[in-house]
Amino acid sequence: MIMESAAGGRAPAVEVGGVSRVFTGRKGASVTALDDVSLTVAPGEFVSLIGPSGCGKSTLLRLIADLDTPTAGSIRVFGKPARQARIDQDYGIAFQQAGLLPWRTVAGNIELPLELHGAGKAARRARAAELIELVGLSDFAENYPDQLSGGMQQRVAIARSLAESPSLLLMDEPFGALDEMTRERMQNELVRICGETSAAVVFVTHSIPEAVFLSDRVVVMSPRPGRIRDVLGVGLGDTAERGENLREDEAFFHAVSQVRELLHGQAPTGARGVETR
Amino acid sequence: MNRGQQGGAGLVRTALPPVVFGVAALLLWQWAVVALDIKAFILPGPFLIGEEFAANLQNVIAGMVVTGRNALIGLLVGALLGILAAIVAALVPVSDEMGAPIVASISVVPIVALAPVLYTMFGAGAETARQIVAGLAVFVPVYFNTLKGLRQVRPVHRDLMRSYAASSWQATKTVTLPTATPYVFTGLRIASSLAVISALIAEYFGGPVGGLGKSITSSASSSNYGLAWAYVLGSILLGLLFYSAALALEKLVSRRTAG
Ligand SMILES: Nc1ncnc2c1ncn2[C@@H]1O[C@H](COP(=O)(O)OP(=O)(O)O)[C@@H](O)[C@H]1O
Ligand SMILES: [Mg+2]
Repeated sequence: MIMESAAGGRAPAVEVGGVSRVFTGRKGASVTALDDVSLTVAPGEFVSLIGPSGCGKSTLLRLIADLDTPTAGSIRVFGKPARQARIDQDYGIAFQQAGLLPWRTVAGNIELPLELHGAGKAARRARAAELIELVGLSDFAENYPDQLSGGMQQRVAIARSLAESPSLLLMDEPFGALDEMTRERMQNELVRICGETSAAVVFVTHSIPEAVFLSDRVVVMSPRPGRIRDVLGVGLGDTAERGENLREDEAFFHAVSQVRELLHGQAPTGARGVETR
Repeated sequence: MNRGQQGGAGLVRTALPPVVFGVAALLLWQWAVVALDIKAFILPGPFLIGEEFAANLQNVIAGMVVTGRNALIGLLVGALLGILAAIVAALVPVSDEMGAPIVASISVVPIVALAPVLYTMFGAGAETARQIVAGLAVFVPVYFNTLKGLRQVRPVHRDLMRSYAASSWQATKTVTLPTATPYVFTGLRIASSLAVISALIAEYFGGPVGGLGKSITSSASSSNYGLAWAYVLGSILLGLLFYSAALALEKLVSRRTAG
């Protein structure tokens, strides 16, 4: 059904065409972080990027967010150049580090993008309250980040990324620092949020079960140089009907072992550092 | 209740040794002056200084007001300019490259050495020269500390601001300035005592009478050594006042920014 909406004339959420990114070191040594990567993400689609450390997942996400520019190739977001999409605020982003402003309260942090883009005070308050409720931090609205656990800070960062109801969410290992229980709860929450907002998501992770649980498609990457090795359609059902019991599902385990094989199978050296939980 | 008592006991325990030490040192000083028959022009005893201080309290306070006013004006103007210059240097790298040698040379020049020149520029009847000397002395540490603070912005915050397509001014206001604030206050704390010292020493080079520096020199040259030392005591108190105020402000701000 996702493909239908893409075929319905709307531009893809993300269109990465033949993108390479070469970092040049100080002594002329260069690292090819991405080599000829192409990827299309449909509106409302959830795509995970998985692969060992250093395979260019963060680099790809930063390129889509126009926090960095490709050495070659083109990136379009909702049919616009990435730069224009950033200026138009077409995406929300959550980094691996929560990156909250320590001198602002939880509510103040979530209001930040709204404030920068000129939303009125009352509207900001209301929206922040709504999002705080959504991520289950109602008792902590007036707390400062250093009074919160890592998991709670990360939830604030996610709420902040949702503040302007973006139709594209970019997330770089947002649950990387969380313990397993919090992590699964956050995953359930993210599935619910995506069902409600129908945003497209590009989600970086190195946990296979996480990628399978969340995604419509899992993009498996390999390092040195960073390339897309394979793309696996998971399609474990509509986000709305996906629930906790999915983790026990036969199809879930099948998809997990498929991704694992893709990661380890073809070139074992490329799969170092991957969590096989 | 219990905690309060413990806090009180803790305060006594931390405050008591320096107080005891201070009193002992003063008594030893007084004893040495009397026992060794040290002349007042070399070193008067603390009792004499205390007497003179009490007897001339109004004059000393008047001197503190004059010097303190110069120091405060210098502190405010110098700090404001230092912060502004640091912001410009951080925003426009070229201005940093051009400004760095100038600021470096200001920090090397003994600023009070400018006092005589400034007196001829602004007239010997005005306090302006002293305020400028204090301002220049303040400018340097405030500028360097602020500039350092402005460079502490975390990369993730910079990325965040870029992702919001925030203007350069918005990013400065929301992220850069709050990050730099604790550093600014560290600079202000250092500058606070420099302001008093510079304003006072500038008085030695000319200008109107009334301030602490002039009063110290005139009482010393009229052989009124106890009074000269009473003014020195006033200078110490003024310096302490400035420093404590800056320190209190720094603590207040750092507590608030730390959440
Ligand atoms: N700013 C940079 N400068 C130089 N090299 C970089 C930079 N960012 C990433 N790299 C290199 O690019 C490669 C991919 O990095 P990254 O995208 O962070 O990988 P991942 O997120 O998959 O772990 C790594 O080899 C990394 O060292
Ligand atoms: Mg990464």
